[in-house]
Amino acid sequence: MTFNKSLLIPLGVFGLLVVFLALGFRLQDPHLLPSVLIDKPFPEFELQDLRQPDQLRTLADLSGEVSLVNVWATWCPNCLIEHPELLRISRETDLPLYGVNYNDDNGKALGWLARHENPYEFSIVDDKGTLAIDLGVYGAPETFVLDASGVIRFRHVGPVTPEVWRETLLPVVEHLQGMSDG
Amino acid sequence: MVRILWVILFAISFNCFAAIDAYPFPDEQLQQRYDGLIAELRCPQCLNTNLAGSDAMIAQDLRREVHRMLLDGHTDDEILAFMYERYGDFILYRPRLGAGTLVLWLGPLLLLMFAGFVWFRLARAKPEVLEINTEEQARLDDLLRDSDL
Repeated sequence: MTFNKSLLIPLGVFGLLVVFLALGFRLQDPHLLPSVLIDKPFPEFELQDLRQPDQLRTLADLSGEVSLVNVWATWCPNCLIEHPELLRISRETDLPLYGVNYNDDNGKALGWLARHENPYEFSIVDDKGTLAIDLGVYGAPETFVLDASGVIRFRHVGPVTPEVWRETLLPVVEHLQGMSDG
Repeated sequence: MVRILWVILFAISFNCFAAIDAYPFPDEQLQQRYDGLIAELRCPQCLNTNLAGSDAMIAQDLRREVHRMLLDGHTDDEILAFMYERYGDFILYRPRLGAGTLVLWLGPLLLLMFAGFVWFRLARAKPEVLEINTEEQARLDDLLRDSDL
C-alpha cells in the first residue's frame, strides 16, 4: 500500500484553519480600532474654554512640550473610573494634561469638575463633537500623548488605570521627553 | 393577501426609519446620496452596524457631518476620504486596497484558486485498477453465472 499524498490536503486545510482562527480569536478587544492618527499633527480647532467661556482655545495652546489630551464627558462612566489616576498624574508630575469635554452640557461638566476636582490645565468645550471626530474618537475616555511639536504620538482608548499609566503611557511620555531634551 | 403584505411591509419600513433623525435636503438627489453614504459607512462604536442603523452618539454626530458636508457641496469621494482619514479602514464597508486589507481582497481569490487546484487534481486522478489473473477471472465468471443476475 503506497502513501496517498492527497490525504495531506485535509490536514493542510485544517492547519490553515487553525492559523486563521488563532489570529481571529487572539485575546484582543475587537472594539479597539487601529488609529490612523498616530504621527499626525493634532487637528486644528478653535473652541471655547470650559471654565472661561469668553476665551477661545486653539492648537497653539497645546503645543510647546510633551502633553496629554484626555477626552472626557459627564455621561461616561469610565471617565469617573480613571479620574483619580488623572488627578494623581496632574499632582505628581509636571506633565500638562488638557481635557476635551466631549458632547456634554457645560453646566453638568462644570458641576462634575467641582464635585470630583479638576485635573486639567483647561478643558475645551467640544459640545458638537467636531474635534472628537477630527481625532477619530468613537467613545470616551480616550487619551492622546502629544510630543513637543503637537504631533499625536500615542492613543489610549479606555480608562487610564494605574497599570495603563505605569506600563503604557509613562514609558511613551518619558521616551518623548528624552527626545525633546536631547 | 397582497394588501396585507403591503401593510406589513409599510409597518416594518416605518419601524426602521423611526430611530433616524431626519435631515432636510433641498433636493431628492442629495437625499439619495446621503442615504447611500450612511448605508456605506460603518459606525465606529458598533462592531457591525452602518451609520444609518445605529443610535450611538458617534453615529449621530457622523450623520450630522455627512449632512453638513453634502450641503457644503463635497463629493461622495471627499466625504469617504474625510471619514477614512479619521477612522481608517474600519469605517468603510468596502475597504480600500492596502497592505492591511490585502488578505480581504485576495483571500477569496486564493481560496478559489486552491479549490480549483484540488478539483483539477481529483478530476485527473485515475481510478485504481486491480489486475486479476485468469484463475480469479474464472471464479468471478462462475459466481456471476450462479447468481442469476
